[in-house]
Amino acid sequence: MGNDTKRIWTPALALTLLAGLACLSVALFMTVGVKGNWGFILPFRGLKIATMALVGYAIAVSTVLFHTITGNRILTPSIMGFDALFILIQTSIAFFFGATFLTGLPPSGLFLVQTAAMTVFAGLLFSWLFRGGVRELHLMLLSGIIFGLLFRSLSSFLRRVIDPDEFLILQDTLFASFNRANPELLSVAATLVLLVSLAAWRMRNVFDVMALGRETAINLGVNHRRMVTLTLAMVTILVSVSTALVGPVTFFGLLVANLAYMLVPSHRHILILPGAAFLAITCLVGGQLFLERVLAYDSALSIVIEFAGGIVFIMMIVMRGAR
Amino acid sequence: MIEVSNVTKSYGGSDVVRGVTSSLPASGVTSIIGPNGAGKSTFLSMISRLLPMSSGQVTVDGMDILTADGDAMAKKLSILRQDNHLTARLTVRDLVAFGRYPHSKGRPTSDDLAHVERSISYLGLADLTHRFLDELSGGQRQRAFIAMVLCQDTKYVLLDEPLNNLDMKHAVAMMQLFRRAADELSKSVVLVLHDINFASCYSDLIIAMRDGQLIRQGTPAEIVTGANIHEIFDLEARVETVDGRSIVHFYL
Repeated sequence: MGNDTKRIWTPALALTLLAGLACLSVALFMTVGVKGNWGFILPFRGLKIATMALVGYAIAVSTVLFHTITGNRILTPSIMGFDALFILIQTSIAFFFGATFLTGLPPSGLFLVQTAAMTVFAGLLFSWLFRGGVRELHLMLLSGIIFGLLFRSLSSFLRRVIDPDEFLILQDTLFASFNRANPELLSVAATLVLLVSLAAWRMRNVFDVMALGRETAINLGVNHRRMVTLTLAMVTILVSVSTALVGPVTFFGLLVANLAYMLVPSHRHILILPGAAFLAITCLVGGQLFLERVLAYDSALSIVIEFAGGIVFIMMIVMRGAR
Repeated sequence: MIEVSNVTKSYGGSDVVRGVTSSLPASGVTSIIGPNGAGKSTFLSMISRLLPMSSGQVTVDGMDILTADGDAMAKKLSILRQDNHLTARLTVRDLVAFGRYPHSKGRPTSDDLAHVERSISYLGLADLTHRFLDELSGGQRQRAFIAMVLCQDTKYVLLDEPLNNLDMKHAVAMMQLFRRAADELSKSVVLVLHDINFASCYSDLIIAMRDGQLIRQGTPAEIVTGANIHEIFDLEARVETVDGRSIVHFYL
């Protein structure tokens, strides 16, 4: 964007357009190919939309906040091994108690246990690594990568020795899909996301300062260690929500966060976070619509999103480079 | 007054800063000099709570920097480190306005905005306010960061090599600005400097470090002598007096 377009392209305009795009994709998703009874279609599609909106929001917010505390925009929370831990928990339950036990568990109970386990894991990793020194954040990321690898190897080992029938049931729970939305689970997840959002709202100005880096943030009076811990807890809960609802979707967060940085001309989280969330909802709903109507379920949502989003992303980088 | 008592920083058994005890005055310009690796930046980072110390204690006007409220400290003491890189894309004004965060908590009043304007004009950045930091030269960016720290309006201003990337004209203007801040607003400006002549001409107090230890502390006239320069930097240099100030000639 040149100097002239900068003044026209304000954050307000960007957010309005992104919100419009999100609404448009939701409206299309609700209305395309409607035949017959609205009494059936409305709750059926509404539930899917609600799940996608919640997941999109959770992924967008968690990725942007993770970028803010790490000071690095090419990471995703999955680098901490969060989704690997999710897979390990699911696999262990299926292995030790049987896959039918896993699918028979009350979804919201399982969800809360998983979220708690992931938060405790992140908390332990964090407090262990945060005892001293300055480079702790990078050390923590490195340990996250190694733990993620360990979790992945463990689950892969368990899946090799598990009964093949149980493996099939298990595999079904480990793929990202919006077709197994559950109203009870959704309301528990939405409550958690709402609580996190309230906390994030109170910290909105702190995030802007933390984005300047540890030293500048401390200079400006932010209790950096405490705020990083809090933010990481929020990220953990949001990642748990999205992973528990639909399974691991990782690259997607990176995509919408970076698109939001490019499209919303501001450094303020109060503007970037909604922008990223609108983009995430547009991508998820639009991608699902494309998957259902054009590809007739012949592919996976993550493939659709990553293919289309990846192209947009590369185009934007090339355009910025050519400026 | 910043009271530093017996401050030590060690990494894996070797001391980078060893048992430094000193007191930095409540107003005036203080320069910390010494060769590379003398522990100057580490020392500055410890007294500004950016780096935990291995042992020792630092108090700022009686408040222990480790236990004092971070927010209260941010209104009393500000610090700018050497290399400041940002991932967020900020304009000069955005950055400078962050200096008011300890006072405004993100909701700037008209008083805060006046401070921002003043800092911007002090550092000659008025033409650049809407430019993004990544579009500026190293020296312009350095001035923008200093404007942010000055905008914080703290009694103590700690700067690690503030003259980095600045040309002669801007370096002199910067030192004059610090001098004025000390004289007119009775602030205490603590600088890590590599240019010994700037330290000699503009400081009230010079602290010399070598091998992690404080080896000399005194007025420019006391510190800037041939014998001391040899002891601090291991360099033979001629020291001349020009207009009553000691100037070190070490270029030949």
